[in-house]
Amino acid sequence: MKSRDVVLVDGIRTAFGKAGEKGFFWQTRADDMVVRVIRELLRRNPQVEPGMVEENVWGATTQEGDQGTTMGRTTALLAGLSERCSGFSVDRMCAGGMTAVTAAASEIALGACDIAIAGGVEHLGHHPLGASADPNPRFLTERIVSEDALVMGKTAENLHDMFPEVTKEMADEYAFHSQRKTARAIESGVISKMIVPMTVYTKAGWVTADRDEQPRPETTMDGLRALKTPFRTMGKVTAGNSSGLNDGAAGVLLMSADKARELGVAPMMRMVGYAYEGVRPEIMGVGPIPSTKKVLARTGLAIDDIGLIELNEAFAVQCILFMKEFGLNFPVDDRLNPWGGAIAFGHPLAGSGPRLMLHMMHLFAERPDVRYGLTALCVGLGQGGSVVWENLRVDSAAGVCADNK
Amino acid sequence: MGEPTTNFYANFYESPVGKIAIATMDNGFDYKRPNTFSEESMASLNAMLDKVLATPDVKGMMITGKPYIFAAGADLTQVPFVTTFEQGYGIAKVGHTVMKRIMDAPFPTLAAINGVALGGGLEIALYCSHRTIMKSAQGIAFPECFLGIVPGWGGCTLATKLLGPEKALEFIIFNALNQNRMLNGPQVHAMGLADRIFDGAEFLDESLRFLMDVIAGKAIVERPVFGAEGVKPLFAKAKAFVDSRVHGAAPAPYRALELIEGACTWDMERGFEEENKALGDLIKSRQCKASIYSFDLVNRYAKKPKGAPEVKAPRARKVGIIGAGLMASQLAQLFIYRLGVPVVMKDVKQEFVDKGLGYVRQEFQKMAEKGKMSEARARYLAGLAIGTLDYKDFADCDLVIEAVFEEMSVKRQVLAEVEAVVSPECILATNTSSLSVTEMAAGLKHPERVVGIHFFNPVAVLPLVEIIRAAKTSEAAVAAAFGFAKGLRKTAVLVKDAPAFLVNRLLTKMLVDCLEMVDEGASFQQVDDALLALGLPMAPFELLALVGPAIALHVNETLNRAFGPERFPISPGFGKMVEARIPVIYVPGSDRAKVIPEVEALWPEAGGREFHPEEVRERVLNNLAREIDLILKEKVVASSRDVDLGMIMGAGWPFFMGGITMHLDMAGVTPKVLQKVFFSV
Repeated sequence: MKSRDVVLVDGIRTAFGKAGEKGFFWQTRADDMVVRVIRELLRRNPQVEPGMVEENVWGATTQEGDQGTTMGRTTALLAGLSERCSGFSVDRMCAGGMTAVTAAASEIALGACDIAIAGGVEHLGHHPLGASADPNPRFLTERIVSEDALVMGKTAENLHDMFPEVTKEMADEYAFHSQRKTARAIESGVISKMIVPMTVYTKAGWVTADRDEQPRPETTMDGLRALKTPFRTMGKVTAGNSSGLNDGAAGVLLMSADKARELGVAPMMRMVGYAYEGVRPEIMGVGPIPSTKKVLARTGLAIDDIGLIELNEAFAVQCILFMKEFGLNFPVDDRLNPWGGAIAFGHPLAGSGPRLMLHMMHLFAERPDVRYGLTALCVGLGQGGSVVWENLRVDSAAGVCADNK
Repeated sequence: MGEPTTNFYANFYESPVGKIAIATMDNGFDYKRPNTFSEESMASLNAMLDKVLATPDVKGMMITGKPYIFAAGADLTQVPFVTTFEQGYGIAKVGHTVMKRIMDAPFPTLAAINGVALGGGLEIALYCSHRTIMKSAQGIAFPECFLGIVPGWGGCTLATKLLGPEKALEFIIFNALNQNRMLNGPQVHAMGLADRIFDGAEFLDESLRFLMDVIAGKAIVERPVFGAEGVKPLFAKAKAFVDSRVHGAAPAPYRALELIEGACTWDMERGFEEENKALGDLIKSRQCKASIYSFDLVNRYAKKPKGAPEVKAPRARKVGIIGAGLMASQLAQLFIYRLGVPVVMKDVKQEFVDKGLGYVRQEFQKMAEKGKMSEARARYLAGLAIGTLDYKDFADCDLVIEAVFEEMSVKRQVLAEVEAVVSPECILATNTSSLSVTEMAAGLKHPERVVGIHFFNPVAVLPLVEIIRAAKTSEAAVAAAFGFAKGLRKTAVLVKDAPAFLVNRLLTKMLVDCLEMVDEGASFQQVDDALLALGLPMAPFELLALVGPAIALHVNETLNRAFGPERFPISPGFGKMVEARIPVIYVPGSDRAKVIPEVEALWPEAGGREFHPEEVRERVLNNLAREIDLILKEKVVASSRDVDLGMIMGAGWPFFMGGITMHLDMAGVTPKVLQKVFFSV
């Protein structure tokens, strides 16, 4: 089968809430959040009738309870897609949503379907990471991984140990700028364009969740310095220079470039290629470095061809290492996370990959001078995931799709 | 014990068109305990409105309920304590005053009806400038007239102004008196009560979007204005309907008629004032008290009637029916429909069996044609009916019920034959309406497994079953019968093995008195009219035709043998009527205007003496009070509540009579005849 061009037409997400009883999504089901995203995608793209969506793929790390029962299929039914729409769920922990998108795109590329919805959701309030995990005892008895590998904060501390040149001060500085960039982006109104408000039930009445609960625009360096290091005594990783525990869903609408032309929809970006690669679980945060090298090698692009990078900020240290590896400026590089990242927005695991894509889509629209963008994230238990996108909102968009082979 | 307090919470949403208040009604429990409005709730609403109205720049307000429940109306547990006009008037006035503040808000208000909305819970929505309804919503109604009151928190006035008198009558009066019929989302939208209908998936988000469009002036709802022209025939028709249902015996629907008619011309303030007065009069009325009592009986007491065993019985996996006649076929269809288990019907001739199976097949076919189930399911269910001539096919049944004709020797014989093939645990039941279950069980090896399960005809319509505990019936058999009835969604009352059990004994006592008065010279019509005026669902002599004179005489004879001719005499004319196989008293279709000549010939005296209607009622009610007293003394049932539940669910007697004992108590009959009351806490 001949591979076909796959384009991302649109994307939307819920607000990201704080996990736990105080978060606004505490009484809301994860699958209902997915349904809201799916329906909003269709509402925003009326050329795509509900019956035209053929595949619905959702990533979630914990696949039980309100995130279980083959969510890709159940949410297709709950959202009112055609009963003919197939669906499945995937799990690649933090890259679950990214994997949903690349899996759906691969189906489209190979001609298995024309139109798909894909995304990721994580309700960490309902499903704390690892709460129901039952890791094989061999991991520890045979020292396949160290105990640290299962606690993400400890893997970040490990990175500081391995790369002592990345200090706590630097991590805090990175986090400070992330919060600042996010605050500015929220202020400018661009972030609310990515969020579909959702009216949710709480014990104090219904509220409309229309903005993220996690960002702390008031963050100061002094405040960051004062935070505890919960993962070890005299450690470097704090709640301030890490992403939060969050509830949220994000999804995108994908189709073949041909289908987009046929329907007369203007796609935002084209998936150029993607790659995943594993690293040692104890230092999972470096994952995006090899996966990015891999995707660049396979697409024939160089890092200098990439004009914008959306990197998930699981931990500041892991971003700083990425910046060093690819020669970006510390603490702020215009190419990387111009609107901040997960340190400010929060990180609902599988929901984060698609959030990066939403940022890329909106960044591309503002930056017609940029042709290629990268979305990347690290993955618990040691992986990286990287997707390269081509901006279809460039000044001379015409013909871009034509000669990419 | 009152209901949990429903509180009103306000949150604010900074929407693209400005600040919107989101008001939530929530009693803190899940959907199984719906929101209800008490005095405290009204105070909470008031405080919530204070907060919203004091907040600057509010552009609109959405009111909604907790998940699946909007609000189920006033807290009825407070009704029994209202004994004066002033109290009822005050309750109405508080509701009007507080809810009207929603209407007076200087911004658009939207009721997002996300589920059950009853009575006061629906009235609050009428004060909003706009309404949306969830597509899957069920249980939208004004049940007030059904409960002896009127929608008096603005319902009569505002529904009439919003929907016009025709729909208001339908909604407030016709539906309430048609077994409290409730509407669903699409119906509420179609009638114009809701401006928009949205899917459940994003109901509140879509509702908010609609409110934003209203605020932005993008959504404009045109509302018709209704006048008072040409409405007279509507009210005449509605009055006739109410007469046919309650025969003047219940004041509430008549009062609602007046309020709706008035609302066509009155201004709102006048309408509200008249509603205040109506509730002042009605809440204290005996019909209201009896209705609330009945409502509690049916909705709460019936779930756990006195004497119902604590133990849970295992589910019947296969059921046998002895007989394949009409009653047996009705039972087979019901068992299959509700339990989804195979049902074996046994009769003595293949043609009887085939006829029974044909009936079952046809009933399911009809359900499929009405769209109640798929063709495939109808075929599957019909296939669960198994016909046989051989008792062996009962071998693996968990329960076998006999529905052969009312002849003790036949019943004893078939039960013995069944016992020979079934497992030791199999429950043997009888659907007898008047024979002794104890006697029926006597010859069996295991009489303790025999229990009476007495259904009422038509089986699909009347919700009652009497469960008869015979002398030796085991607790397990009683539990199995209750579990079985519950699976069939019937209301069960535990009754001792006494002649004619409960409901038939009372109905027969009434019939006997009626016949006696005719024997004394009253006309059939005089007797029927006098008793209909109590609000009975059917005139006694019409009921006689429905039941069948032969069956009625059979029960009469049973009671005559058991309790003697003093209380249960057999009218000679009645005996002859059955002998002559005359099926009816009145000329069919004559609406009780004309007695058929053959019957007239049997009662030459009839019409010869003028009976005052009050005299007719007095005799019947006095005797009913005495008979009920005996029934309770004999411990036929455990409580007067069982008597009332039986009359409501098995004879269709109205809520506003409280079955019967509540009426007898409050109308002074019990105190006069027995120097006491039946009611006890």
